[in-house]
Amino acid sequence: MKDLLNRYGLLLTTVFAVLTGFWILVLVVLPNIYLFEHSFKPYLPVAELGGPKDVYSLDNYLTFFRSPIHISVFFWTVIYSAVVTFICFLIAYPLAYYLSKVSARALLPMIFLLLFIPLWVSEVLRSFAWFIILALKGPLNASLLGLGIIEDPVRWITGFRGVIIGLVYTYVLFMLFPLYNAIQSLDTNQIEAAEDLGAPWWRTHWRVILPHAKPGIASGSVMVFMLSAGSILVPTLLASTNSRWFTEIIQQWMFESQDWNTGSAYAFLLLILCTVFVSAVMRVFRVKLSDIAK
Amino acid sequence: MSAGVDLDNVCADFGTFRAVDNVAVNIQPGEFFSFLGPSGCGKTTILRMISGFISPSQGVIRIGGKDMKGQRPNQRPTALIFQNLALFPLMPVWENIAFGLEVRGVDKQKRRARAEELLHLVDLPDAADKAVAQLSGGQKQRVAIARALAVEPQVMLLDEPLSALDLKLRQHMRAELRAIQKRTGVTFIYITHDQGEALAMSDRVGVMSQGKLQQVANPRDIYNNPANGFVASFVGENNIFTGEVQGTEGNLARFATASGTFTARLGPAVTQGMKARLFLRPEHVRLAPGAGGTNSIPVEVTDVAFEGNFISIHARDAGGQVLLAEARNDGATAVPAPGDRLHFTFDGQNAVILTGDTAARDIDA
Repeated sequence: MKDLLNRYGLLLTTVFAVLTGFWILVLVVLPNIYLFEHSFKPYLPVAELGGPKDVYSLDNYLTFFRSPIHISVFFWTVIYSAVVTFICFLIAYPLAYYLSKVSARALLPMIFLLLFIPLWVSEVLRSFAWFIILALKGPLNASLLGLGIIEDPVRWITGFRGVIIGLVYTYVLFMLFPLYNAIQSLDTNQIEAAEDLGAPWWRTHWRVILPHAKPGIASGSVMVFMLSAGSILVPTLLASTNSRWFTEIIQQWMFESQDWNTGSAYAFLLLILCTVFVSAVMRVFRVKLSDIAK
Repeated sequence: MSAGVDLDNVCADFGTFRAVDNVAVNIQPGEFFSFLGPSGCGKTTILRMISGFISPSQGVIRIGGKDMKGQRPNQRPTALIFQNLALFPLMPVWENIAFGLEVRGVDKQKRRARAEELLHLVDLPDAADKAVAQLSGGQKQRVAIARALAVEPQVMLLDEPLSALDLKLRQHMRAELRAIQKRTGVTFIYITHDQGEALAMSDRVGVMSQGKLQQVANPRDIYNNPANGFVASFVGENNIFTGEVQGTEGNLARFATASGTFTARLGPAVTQGMKARLFLRPEHVRLAPGAGGTNSIPVEVTDVAFEGNFISIHARDAGGQVLLAEARNDGATAVPAPGDRLHFTFDGQNAVILTGDTAARDIDA
């Protein structure tokens, strides 16, 4: 704070502080507190608000646990978010290794630019592009048919397939960058030392590079998992009739039933249960929160 | 157990830059061989070619008589000790040492036993379960040596492994390395820019400059009979006079310089009429009150530095050239004082006339 004062003077520092404070307090904290409070209240007609029925209870939360369908949707959302996270890791790890240890330094800005450009396009447009690409008579099937790789068009958008493809595409970079940072910080001599001692490439990865990259893998995985589980756009556009994402249920409570209270309870449940899940996974892989912060 | 290493006209090119230029040397099995040179002279590139991380652009590298072309580092009978040691920080000490055995599928109990054994060899028992970060610099050094020895290499490659240690420890580790080399009989190829290290430890030294091998000889010959100006000036201190060879008498020659005409030994490839340099070691300079014999330079003492076992005397001759003499602190020699006028004399057999560039004096030795 003193640094800030010295550098920008009283007026600008005050402006910064007020704007940041406004953003955090009014746009983040207050709405959450509002929703949190309402998640414990029943959904009542306006006339009964403040009446004898308007008391705090866990009913909204229990609604979830009383609904096998919602539990199953939540279960599959977590499972498929984990699948998305794993696929993102499979794609990002070799790429991160290549970028940080193999590719020529002069090529890096070019490659990063190519990776970044898609991020400049809105997520809606990108998801919609996938909707077109994956369509039964879309370009992907047309090319595969044209190349003779498949004989009949594949129905891509069925089950969770479309959602997985869309989520992987949308969030793979959130895995790539932490991984890139982690692998880049590894002393190249260690990779060479392992090879010099006789290790084949896969063992060097298993014993030297992967353990070193663990914090990067963890932070990338947490990000991709949380973003996937909380994503609404991609599932809305790329889900099929037999795949529902938990966020869609929250949306239904909020906008179709107009029941913000239960909707809020579901939103907090998503946050809490995902946090529990992530903590459990981190414990299994022996990753500490402080490692991720590095 | 140990293998010789033959470098057969080996070159390494990075783009248009030739880092290693036609290096040819046969390193004997069980030999302690050092490549000595300033940074950027190509010595590390040679080491990386022997270990297999870089392929030579020309020439052949043979280990134990076998051509190493196309062999990856993990297929070669070499073990490299990196300048920064490159220990695996996430493994305890014993797993570091046993890594090479783990790779070879040795079971855990045997690995552990072998690691303990090697820890005894490098005089570091009880460190097996420590984390690498808990070790001191010298201890890390020993672990790195043990890790390399664990794979029973035929050739051990060492890339300035002592440069990060303080002076005392460095001198101790020199003796230690030499002892380990003798005990194991493994061929050691050692890279350094520190002439003291190279001279003290090696059976033979190869002095390098600008990618070329300047001289290969035992430490005594490197110091006493340098092949050219670079070797003479890079290894040890010198008084250097530029001049011209005038007449030769046997292995001696008359050499005309701005400070006078001297008689000195004729180096290899130096002939009459040539422009060359005369190299005179400070410890071969004698101090005389009056002119004496052929090689005598009148000087004025500018500075006297007491170094403990010897006394270093800086002086200036009539032409303004700064000269250096070293007198042993044996109590018998009269120590001059700044401002004294006397003569620097030397025996022609102790000075040598050589051609070739001299080493830049800003080396970090």
